[in-house]
Formats: sequence, structure tokens, C-alpha cells
Amino acid sequence: MPDLLIELFSEEIPARMQARAAEDLKKRVTDGLVEAGLTYAGAHGFSTPRRLTLVLEGLLAESPTVKEERKGPKVGAPEKAIEGFLRGAGVAREDLEERETPKGAVYFATITKPGRPAAEIVAEVLEDTIRNFPWPKSMRWGAGSLRWVRPLHSILCILSDEAGAEVVPLEIDGIKAGDTTEGHRFMGAGRFAVTGFEDYEAKLKRDKVILSAEERGEHIWHEATNMAFAQGLEVVEDKGLLAEVAGLVEWPVVLMGDIAEDFLGLPAEVLQTSMKEHQKFFSVKNPKTGRIEKFITVANRETADHGATILAGNQKVLFARLSDAKFFWENDLRIAKLDMTVWSNDLKNVTFHNKLGTQAARIDRIAALAGELAVVTGADAGRAKDAAHLAKADLSSQMVYEFPELQGLMGRYYIEAAGMPAEVAAVAQEHYSPLGPSDDVPTAPLSVTVALADKLDTLTGFWAIDEKPTGSKDPFALRRAALGVIRLVLENELRLSLDRYFDGQLLRHEIAQNGDDVVSRGLMTDMMAEVADHGVFGAAVRTVLDAFDGDLPEHMEELKSRLPDTSRDLLGFFHDRLKVYLRDQGIRHDVIDACIAMPGNDDLTLLVRRARALQDFMSTEDGENLLQGFKRANNILSQAEEKDGVEYSFGADVKFAEDESEKALFAALDGAERAISSAIEAEDFASAMGTMASLRAPIDAFFEAVQVNSDNETVRRNRLNLLSRIRTICLGAADLTRVEG
Amino acid sequence: MASKDSKPRSFQEIILRLQAYWAGKGCAVMQPYDMEVGAGTFHPATTLRSLGSKPWAAAYVQPSRRPTDGRYGENPNRLQHYYQYQVLIKPSPPDLQALYLGSLEAIGIDMELHDIRFVEDDWESPTLGAWGLGWEVWCDGMEVSQFTYFQQVGGHDCHPVSGELTYGLERLAMYVLGVDHVMDMPFNAPDAPIALSYGDVFKQTEQEYSRWNFDVANTEVLLKQFEEAEAECEKILAQEHVDPKTGKRIIMAHPAYDQCIKASHLFNLLDARGVISVTERQAYIGRVRALAKQCADAFVLTEAGGHAA
Repeated sequence: MPDLLIELFSEEIPARMQARAAEDLKKRVTDGLVEAGLTYAGAHGFSTPRRLTLVLEGLLAESPTVKEERKGPKVGAPEKAIEGFLRGAGVAREDLEERETPKGAVYFATITKPGRPAAEIVAEVLEDTIRNFPWPKSMRWGAGSLRWVRPLHSILCILSDEAGAEVVPLEIDGIKAGDTTEGHRFMGAGRFAVTGFEDYEAKLKRDKVILSAEERGEHIWHEATNMAFAQGLEVVEDKGLLAEVAGLVEWPVVLMGDIAEDFLGLPAEVLQTSMKEHQKFFSVKNPKTGRIEKFITVANRETADHGATILAGNQKVLFARLSDAKFFWENDLRIAKLDMTVWSNDLKNVTFHNKLGTQAARIDRIAALAGELAVVTGADAGRAKDAAHLAKADLSSQMVYEFPELQGLMGRYYIEAAGMPAEVAAVAQEHYSPLGPSDDVPTAPLSVTVALADKLDTLTGFWAIDEKPTGSKDPFALRRAALGVIRLVLENELRLSLDRYFDGQLLRHEIAQNGDDVVSRGLMTDMMAEVADHGVFGAAVRTVLDAFDGDLPEHMEELKSRLPDTSRDLLGFFHDRLKVYLRDQGIRHDVIDACIAMPGNDDLTLLVRRARALQDFMSTEDGENLLQGFKRANNILSQAEEKDGVEYSFGADVKFAEDESEKALFAALDGAERAISSAIEAEDFASAMGTMASLRAPIDAFFEAVQVNSDNETVRRNRLNLLSRIRTICLGAADLTRVEG
Repeated sequence: MASKDSKPRSFQEIILRLQAYWAGKGCAVMQPYDMEVGAGTFHPATTLRSLGSKPWAAAYVQPSRRPTDGRYGENPNRLQHYYQYQVLIKPSPPDLQALYLGSLEAIGIDMELHDIRFVEDDWESPTLGAWGLGWEVWCDGMEVSQFTYFQQVGGHDCHPVSGELTYGLERLAMYVLGVDHVMDMPFNAPDAPIALSYGDVFKQTEQEYSRWNFDVANTEVLLKQFEEAEAECEKILAQEHVDPKTGKRIIMAHPAYDQCIKASHLFNLLDARGVISVTERQAYIGRVRALAKQCADAFVLTEAGGHAA
């Protein structure tokens, strides 16, 4: 069984694409081979900056012969039909077989597809793979029409076994497959032939190419940490950078250099970011001081001067880069200490989104909302507003202009430098959190307040201009923002009615976008105040409009329905995100639906408490049986209500009870009803449901002993009203009709 | 001419060596385009000649202006006027990387001592409606050139594909010569009877243009000129293909493209004056792009653009 070796040799492949491309090559080739009947024992893909390599061990030397039976026309069918069948199946008349079937005698043909040699199949599959390779971006070059990530120079494709190696005949756009490749661009000794994978890997190493990216990465990390350790320092770990650097070199040579004394006062993050982004350097830290004192760079070659020239060059480039960073840092600090409102004012000229106005306007809205949210988070309202105003000021700083990923962090440094309290400074950094599902959620009340206000302003804003996420498109990361709000609320156990804040903030957007005339602006500002006082949008609108005696601007009428619709839609979006979030924590979707259907569903903490209690309850035997009892009661009741055209909801009286189980159920309901409703009142859903569980036995016994639809109409009506009490009690905890099971 | 192994001693020697090298490789050594442009790519020898099927090979120095980069001659490596060296070969030869590395050796960069890397950097010019894939080339961690395979120019697919090399001459020369501040760089030979530094030649003009670009240029005039250039470009392209006077088919792609270049530079000046808001910016870029596209459309109808007569 031969081994297959493929190498696609090109000009430099972007580092970020290499690993994926090696995987794609493996998948596409092996899928194609297997589909054609060629199985194999093992497959490995490799990548370097200039090559994608695939090795398959134990490939079948040829695909197996396949026999296929095909049913033809009936015996005695018109000659034309038979001829057509013969043509289609590619067999001769005498090869046909007559067979009896329930429908009479029918012709059958057996088609034999002979196996094909591996080389033939490999050539087809590889050509198809190259022509249809899923590069994120590909290009043409010269006068050809082939597309590849960068110009493709040679194809190595050999099948080898004990007898030797055989080149797979293949030519694509003038590139003929062969058995040769070359090593390192500068340190290699020209093209060479190989006989198999081991020979290939060994000769590459001889010519200064480490084939495996993993091995290159390990080598870099090992060398780097050793070098740092020897001087009592440590390398700051960065797996993404390591993978990238391993994709930039075929022969990694690790060099450590100094950071000039002038720059050691820069914040560690600034040094790290500048060195990583611009130069792909690793940072080397002094564990005693926590300062970044040196850097590690990885060259792609050995030199006679042991890298001295290379290191000197890199150091020089770094010096220029850090001079810029230092210049920004010092300038920014000067402004921060002098007057940070300079930055805030600059943001008046920066557009956040063309329909949502400037950054400054956005910050004002966030600050206003933060002031309102303070009551929920326990922060000081005035301080929350101030912190919100400062939190994004660093967007105007030169450092953040240069390194956008340092936003927030720089703000924290600058606000501290301006002499503000640490908790205010922390808001600048923490209000962006949580950024992802695993990112930490802030807990400091001030940070939580501004983080919530920021995200709610963004969400309501994009809802107001109808720029909602669709399918896979979410350019403004609104799903992430909603998840951020959900986690901020739940993990800090905040109690707030989202609806009321949606309405208020939507009004703020409305004022910004459509509050040009004085009348509308005034009316909407009054509504804001009403919503703030009473929290019900429709009522607030009515209160304000009723009190207004003048000609009402047209769009104020339309606002009455549009705004609550938008708000409701946004809440629906939150519920969808919440479902995804809770499902990941093992809470069933039907359980969540049953709780979303309850009043107060814009209070996420309440909603989730209810859902968790219900989930726990439903995983007990009592819970499951109670659900059955509830469903049975509900079904009988609904059918009767539909049939009779009335609602049975009141008046069950124990005096009409005939059976002992019936009386017992009355007693049980009497006892449980109050306990359950007061537990629900106290939001103690676990104990409400625990009490509900006690109803399971009497309900079961009742159904066991009693026929609800009695001939005696009074008894029947009484029993239906009794069932209604079960329904009411159960529905008070959650909408059990939505729970499956 | 100094031998390949010796180090160049001045800015101009590096330029001369590049000229000699690419002439030796068969490029037509052209002269700078006689208009203000932001980069060597704007020279019609690149923009227009990268279109159509006719083979092409050109190399030239292009003085380039970026008004917003002016620093009054104080910054060690930022200038509002600087030189680019530009090479364009169509179709891109298979050994273009090797040819390029040869040019670095020609200017005294020893491949045995330095670390040369091709780092992903895709090029896009929103004003020219052009993009390509390639790299920035690093020498010991410093970007010394841009290397691009043009895929589209003026909205047209490039067939065949041109290979474009752009060297930022001042930065490259400072590295090769070991100079830290651009103004200190020897322009001609340091032992010439009248030795001139880069600062002797350009310090004063950097100051003058920085002041004019940032504070003095009359924005109303610039705006008016922008609109005039735009209108003129469209007017030129709207002419009949056949010249009524000579009876010949003369499509005026180049004169129209001059107006497009003008508009582009005027936009850069307006930008430096800070009178273009973020939203307007996109609109202005779109207007220049529209001109570039129309010029490209016209050029491919000409003989040089591969149109069969």
C-alpha cells in the first residue's frame, strides 16, 4: 500500500490562513479519494509560509472493482427501449439477464466498474482541490487564470512504496507535478528530489525548513523562555502571537533585545501592544518589578554575526515606534491633567453613526440613563453621570487613535492621572465589559451602572433606527451587547424593569432624531419625566398629551404605537438571547418559555429565578406528575369550556362534593392556595412549587376515583370549577401549558 | 557605478542604483509624472498601463505629496513631500520576488546578514477603485517596500495581472545609510565639492508647505478647483471618439485622467485643511473613484489599453 505525498509550493501565504489551509487540503483530498473508493490509514497536514503539505499513509493502490445491477425494460418491450437501456448501461445485448419479477419477466444488466489506479484518482482529486480551494481571499497572477492565495510555483505529488516513488501525472495551468521542492529561501541549496515523506521532512530540515508549525512554535517558545530565564526574566505568554510568528518563519531564530531606558516608564500594556501589533515582538517581563524590560523577536535565518545586524535593525525600528508611543502618552497625560473636557469636546465632531449622531451626543444619553439606573445598582447618581461622561473621553486621545484596542484602559490611566477617584477611573475600563461570554462581569456599582447604560443606549439606538441583527449579520455586535446586559443583571442580581428603561431611552433617541420642533421636544421631554416617575409608557404619553392644549404634531400620534412596539420587539430580542444563554446552562427551552409567558418578564432576575425553580421542580417525580395532573385538569376543563361556551372559574363548593377524594382535594387546595400565593408574592418560587407538589397526591387520587363529567349537572359544574382552581393555582407559578412532557 | 558589494553613500546613489538595476532587468526607466500625486501608483504608467492586455514594464521615481503628513521638517521620518520608487511589470513575471530581492542587494542590503520577510498586506486604493494582494516587505522588522499583484484597477479586472513594487525611498535609504533623521541624510556624495544633505534640499520647503497646507491654502478656491476638475474630466470623456478635425479616433483618456489626479490631490489638500467631515470624506473619495473608473473605461477603448484598432 503506497503513501501519498503532496506539497503545494507558493509565494508567502498569510500566517493567519496557514493552519486552516493545511486542514482544508487534508479534508478536500481525503474526501475526494474516499468518495472515489480509495481509503487510507492515516493523514497529516502541514504548513509553512511557503508550502502546504499533505501526507497519506497506507493508501489503496487502486480503487476496488464495483459491480452494480440495473433493472431494465420488460422482456418483449419495444426494441427502441431495450437499445436505449443498453446504451445507458454500457453493456451488450448478450450480457442481459432475464429475471422473473411479480410484474413479469424483466431484463437486468450487471455493470462492472473496474477499479482505477490510485495515481489517476489522485490526479483528478488534487486538480479539483487546487481549482476550488476555499481560500478566504485568492488572486490571479501573470497571464494565467488559476487562482491561489499567492502565486503557486510548484506541485510535488508522489506515490511511494518499497519499490520506489512514482510522480502522479498532473498539470495545472502549466505547472507540472514532480518529485522536487526547495528548502529555505535564503539558506537552502536549491531544488532537490524526494522519495517519500521521511526523506522529504529530513531534506527540508537539512535545507533549514521545519515543516511542522507546531514544532516551530514549540521551538520558539522553548528558546524564548530559556533566554529570558537565564536573565531572571519571563516571556509574557501570547498564544495567538506565537501561532502567527510560527507562520512567518520556516527556520525560527529567536533573538532577545533591549528596550531603551527612555521607554520603561510607559504602561506595560502600551509597550506590549505597540511591540506586538507593529513588530510581532513578544514582551519580556521582570517578575520582580512587573515591568516590561526586553523583547523577543524571531528571525527567519541564521547569520554569520549571530543575528547582531538583525537585532540592531529591529531595535532601531522599535525605538522609532516607541518614540511615537511615548510622545502620545506624554501629550495625553498633559491634556488629562490639564482639562479632560478638551477630549469630550472633540467628540462633538466625531460621528458615532450617521443616524445616531455624534459620540458626544451618545455619551450625554448614556450619562442620563446612568443617572436613572443608579437607583437600581446602588451607585450614586451624580457620580454615575460624571463617570459616564469621562468613560469614553479617551477615544479622543492620541494613544487610542493609534491603538484602538487600548480604549478604556488608557482612559483609566488618564482619569487617575487627572486625580479622580480610582472607582471613577475603573469605569473607563470596566464599562466595556463583559465583551464575550467568558469575560468577567464588573461588580463595582459605578462600573455596572455605566456598563448597563452604555449597552442599553446602543441597543435602543439601533432598534430606533431599525438596524437590527439579521441572520449571521450583526455588524454592531448587538447580540453581544444584549448578552452583556443579561449577564450584568443576573450576575449582580439586579432588579429592574427593562421595559421602563427601554421606553425612556427610546424617547431620548426620538428627541435626538425628531425633536427639531420645540413643541415635540417639549412634549417628549415631559413624557420622559412621566416615564421616569411612573414607568408606564402608554400612560405617560396619555397623561402628557391629554394635558396639552394645542395642535398636536402629526408624528406625536404615530409615536404612541411605534415606540411601545419597538420596545416590545427589543424585549423579545432579549428573551431570545436569554434563551440561548440559559440553554447553555442546561435550562430547557420550554421551561424558559413557560416563565417568559408570565407577567414581569422584563425583570430578568425574577424571570430566571422562576425558570430555575421550575427546571428543578420539573426534574423531580412530583413535578412531573403534577404537570400530568395539571394537563389533565386543563384539558378536561378546556374541552368543557369550549363545548359549553362558558368559563368555569368560580364557585366550586365543597358541599356538592360526593367522593372522599373530592373532599380531600378541596381541603388540599384550601390549604395550599394561600401558601402558594404568598410564596409567589415573596418570589420564593421554590417553596411555591414545593407546596404545589403536595397537590400531586390529592389530584391523582381525585382523577382515580371520580368521573368529572357526571350525569348530575350540578356535580359536573362543581367539579369543573374545582379543576379551574387547580389551573389557577398552577398558572400562578408559571405557564405550565407551555411545558412539554 | 559602484560595485554591487559596496555600500551606497548617499540618497541619490540609492536611486541611481535602483534605476540601473531595473533598467538592466528590461524596464523602461521613465521620469516622474509632472503633476502632484499622493503616490507612485497614480502615475498613468501604473494606473492606466496596468489595464488591458498589452505587456508593460516601467520603473520610475515619483515625487509624492501627502499634505496631512507635513511636520515642518521636524519629524525624523514624516514628510509631506517624499519620493517613491515604483516598478510595474505586466504580466507579473514568475521570478518577481527574486528580481525584487536582487534590487535590495543592488542597493547594498546583504541577504546573508539581514532578515527579509514577506508579511501579508493587501493593498486597496478607494480613490482609484483598485485592489491587489501581496505583502509589505520587512527588512529586520522594518517595512521597506510594498509588493502587490494588481487584481482590479478602476473597477476593471486586471488581465493579465501586473506586479507592482513600491519603495519608500527616504525610509529605505535612511536604513541603508544608517541615518536617524531624514534631514541629516546625505543627498549627494558626502565628499562632493558641494555636499548637500536632504535637509539642505528640502527642510525649507517642508516648512513652507506645512504652513500652507495646514493654515493658508484657500479652501474656497480648492473646493472650486475640485469641482472644475471633476466637471472637466467628465466633459473630456463625453466627447465623440472620432475627432471631427482630424477624422481620427482619439479617445482622450490621459487628459481626462489628469483631471482625476488633480481632483484627488485637491481632496488631499482639503483634508489637510480639516474642512472635510467624516461623512463628507466618503462622498469625496467616491467622487474621485467615479472619475478614475470613467478614465479606466475610456483607456481600455484605446490602443494602449489593448483595444484592437
